[in-house]
Amino acid sequence: MLWSLYGNVLVQGVLTGLVYGLMALGLSVIFGVVRVVNFAHGEFAVVAMYAAFVLFRSFGLDPFLSMLPIAAAFFVIGYGLQRTLINPFVSRPEHEQFILLVGLAIIMVNGTLMIFGPDARSANLPYSFDSWEIGPIILDKVRVYAAIAALAVAALLFAFFRFTSTGVAIRACADNLVGAAVVGLNVKQLYALTFGLGLACVGAAGALMVTLTDATPMIAPAFTLLAFTIVIIGGMGSMAGAIVGGLLIGIAEAMASVVIAPSMKTMVSFGLLVLVLALRPQGLLGRRA
Amino acid sequence: MNPFTLLARLVDEAPRRALVLLAVLVAVLLVAPVALDRYLLSVFFLIFWFATVGQAWNVMMGLCGQLSLGHALYVGLGGYVGAVLWVKFGISPAIAIVPAVLVAMAFGAAIGWLGFRFGIEGVYFALLTIAFAEVTRIGFDNWSYVGGAAGFFIPVTAGGGSAINLRGGPLLFYYVALALMVAAFVICAALRRSRLGHAWLAVREDPEAARALGINVFRAKMAAVIVSSAMTAVAGVVYAFYQSNLFPSQSFDIARSIEMILAPIIGGLGTLFGPILGAFILTPLGQTLIALVEKIAGRAIPGVNLVFYGAALMVMIWFAPNGIWPWLKKKLGIPEERS
Amino acid sequence: MTAKTSFSRRAVMAGAAATLAAPGIAHAQARTLKIGSLLPRSGFFAQAGQSMHRGVLAAPDLLKELGYNVEIVHIDTESNADVARTQAERAINDGCHVLTGAFDSGHTLAIAQVTEQRQIPFVVNVAAAPQITEQGYKYLVRNFQTGGQLVTNGLRLIKDVMDAKGIKFEKAVFLHANDTFGTAQRNAMDAIWPRVNLPIDLAEKIAYDPRAQDLSVEVTKIRALNPDLVMCVTRASDAIKMVRDMVRQRFQPKAIISPGSPGFYDEEFYQALGPLADFVMFGLPWANPKSNMTQAFEKSFAKANPNNRFAVDSFNAGFAFEGMLIAADAFKRAGTTAGPQLMEAVRATNLPEHIMIGGPITFDAKGQNPNIGSALVQNLKRIPTVVLPKDVALAEPVLPLPAWQGRS
Repeated sequence: MLWSLYGNVLVQGVLTGLVYGLMALGLSVIFGVVRVVNFAHGEFAVVAMYAAFVLFRSFGLDPFLSMLPIAAAFFVIGYGLQRTLINPFVSRPEHEQFILLVGLAIIMVNGTLMIFGPDARSANLPYSFDSWEIGPIILDKVRVYAAIAALAVAALLFAFFRFTSTGVAIRACADNLVGAAVVGLNVKQLYALTFGLGLACVGAAGALMVTLTDATPMIAPAFTLLAFTIVIIGGMGSMAGAIVGGLLIGIAEAMASVVIAPSMKTMVSFGLLVLVLALRPQGLLGRRA
Repeated sequence: MNPFTLLARLVDEAPRRALVLLAVLVAVLLVAPVALDRYLLSVFFLIFWFATVGQAWNVMMGLCGQLSLGHALYVGLGGYVGAVLWVKFGISPAIAIVPAVLVAMAFGAAIGWLGFRFGIEGVYFALLTIAFAEVTRIGFDNWSYVGGAAGFFIPVTAGGGSAINLRGGPLLFYYVALALMVAAFVICAALRRSRLGHAWLAVREDPEAARALGINVFRAKMAAVIVSSAMTAVAGVVYAFYQSNLFPSQSFDIARSIEMILAPIIGGLGTLFGPILGAFILTPLGQTLIALVEKIAGRAIPGVNLVFYGAALMVMIWFAPNGIWPWLKKKLGIPEERS
Repeated sequence: MTAKTSFSRRAVMAGAAATLAAPGIAHAQARTLKIGSLLPRSGFFAQAGQSMHRGVLAAPDLLKELGYNVEIVHIDTESNADVARTQAERAINDGCHVLTGAFDSGHTLAIAQVTEQRQIPFVVNVAAAPQITEQGYKYLVRNFQTGGQLVTNGLRLIKDVMDAKGIKFEKAVFLHANDTFGTAQRNAMDAIWPRVNLPIDLAEKIAYDPRAQDLSVEVTKIRALNPDLVMCVTRASDAIKMVRDMVRQRFQPKAIISPGSPGFYDEEFYQALGPLADFVMFGLPWANPKSNMTQAFEKSFAKANPNNRFAVDSFNAGFAFEGMLIAADAFKRAGTTAGPQLMEAVRATNLPEHIMIGGPITFDAKGQNPNIGSALVQNLKRIPTVVLPKDVALAEPVLPLPAWQGRS
């Protein structure tokens, strides 16, 4: 019985961790290239959750499908934001970026409150409550789907950065900004693309989240903090790091719930964070800046 | 150097117009309660309080360049130590301030040591401070001696209690907070002009250059975090006795930490007047927006005023990225602060 | 000389105070009672705050019908103690004669300090921390159960339903949010459980992080213990997470009963879970479906909030209304809006006819209403329905919990 308990908890940690990882991936991509810390990250995730909820409620669109248009829309939003609002702040000190994005976050939280009210919203898919039983292990259908989708999105992003000329150019920007400008890359354009891609990740992750948990305006700060922790543990700017960090946090929190106490589980992720900061400040998969 | 000569030097060195402005401000605030109703007194308490903690935070970030996003930690620690000593042991907060400050300093030193020893900087250091605040929150949530998540309550004896034990009405807290704000200002002004202050500014501008000048960068940063946490803890004790109840989820909340640092950034990072000006702008702004929405819409629409608050933050940082005070200073013709 | 100056200063202060108080004196002759309703309608507690607010919106119509004259000022505390406190001061400045609120215990205590110092009656409608009535406040009454009463009554109802249905629970698990309310309930549980002599083995008490995004691991843990009774103290949306994961993990206890907490009766719970929302139970003070006033209130609620169901709001809205009723009734008897006289009338309240289940509304020396009853409520066809005690019940309790699968 004990082993089946640990087995189940481990599986849940892995599945949830992958979706967390996707959410953090957006933050990591943006920071790695644009060097802006998106303090409104969780708020974007929540807006995406509401978007998926509305599409489901109004058109019956399954969030696993609507994540594509949402990601596309978020790409456009991100591109526009970077071009207009964020760009003047790219070279500014962190605390100024911080105020700008905190202001944006406050608007988003209270805007969603005004539009959708405070009640929790979720997408009730016909298979929301289904699960597979494999021996003693129980697999939730939506969690498995969400994890697979998260992996797929992450893989697409990897491929983009690896195999497309734009992706390579963006990486060049991240590695050597001056060099990139010298060889004639349009840095502004690439930054905007990157911010768009980062938000597309959050958009997709938000759509997936709404199948797992409920959207309320007030959960956003928790998401921001979570994404931060994951990214720092995995390594700021490292894409694989974000996924690994997500997995690690997912598993650690799940295990801590069983071994210690559920109410203490976030303490474990923060403990991990402090440990990583002290022993390997660039993050598990990050490179020394 | 004794405090009086220090003060004399301060007066001597500070720009004349800034000093006049300060003197007028303090004089007006001292007699203001005659004209203020209780609502305004309670708003002013918040202004003074946020100016104080903003000043304290500014020591770390504005003077020494270390971004802390977990300053609610010291507010909460100071508050809990003060409240527990008073409720469980009958120790007056006037005395309990000492252990409260010591505890906060110990936490500050631990964070500082970890951060500065291992070269954690910028956003990474900020997250380290958040992590400590969150871990402490969860710790207090689960610590039943101080009530856990259910909260810790300071008994409010109607009519009883005395000012020295911080039991009283808004007038008492008005003056206590005003005194805190002025004290924080004076301390920061003195520090800024001390050797330590110069070291901080050097570290903020360029740690490598500072090291080359023979400044012990690690020690300077440690001093900043310790001074900052100590000052914040004092404000924390006062706040705990003002509200008379403490909840870990509110005391150590990251939202609280963020609230605390808005004023100094909006007012002007690294300046002495910035945190005060920022608090005088932001707290009334929040209150005015509440009243304004009610007036225009005829009722409170939840969220609207905060949407405008967020927009106001963005506008301010967009047009005055260095803060309002540097801009205002130019308008008033006050010369740059010498450092 | 010194005596003279201090005298003259005092005179000035007194003069200033008189000027400040002047509008208050003018109001004292007012024919209408101005009530300030402080609720957390945005921020962390917005869900509950807005539910209560709907009750406040429905109050004026019925109060008028009952012959009371009130004007209500709606104030949002933004789930922030600082705002609660400053807005309480502002409300009194704007001429409010009574304040009601404030859902969260911390905000309630922040407001209580203001009302105490300004000698304005404060009628607490929802807030469970026992400390609220233990502080010796003279200008505060609470028309709500303390955390201890909630648990005591909740556990008694569990015993009653066991007797009524002839069902025995062997093993129980207690799951609670590790937040202000959840921990207070846990403390009450620790103190009261050993005394009630329920023949049930309480296998474990599990505290979960209220900021958790899902409760899958917690449910896995409960499932491994395999209790037949799950007792829980959740917050609104956590209840959804808990039931959802129980279904997904195919965990089927004999009963899920909350000994007094939000969650199972919020509209979002029914929206999110549909048929799976049915048959869970909770023991709480509840609107008495057989009271005339409840039926009248239901009508004015429907008029004020056409898009909301009274049944799911009846706990929050009911207490919000009763707070107004207590203030309005005291005003009628006192015939003045002056704080001290009004407060005397509030303390002397004796309202046999009201909304929530229980005896007449009265207040003991501490300002606590000792007569609030609890009902066992069960979700039947997505409607929270009173099933115990018998005299107010509308349906028979359904136990054991029907299978998750195949519901409609």
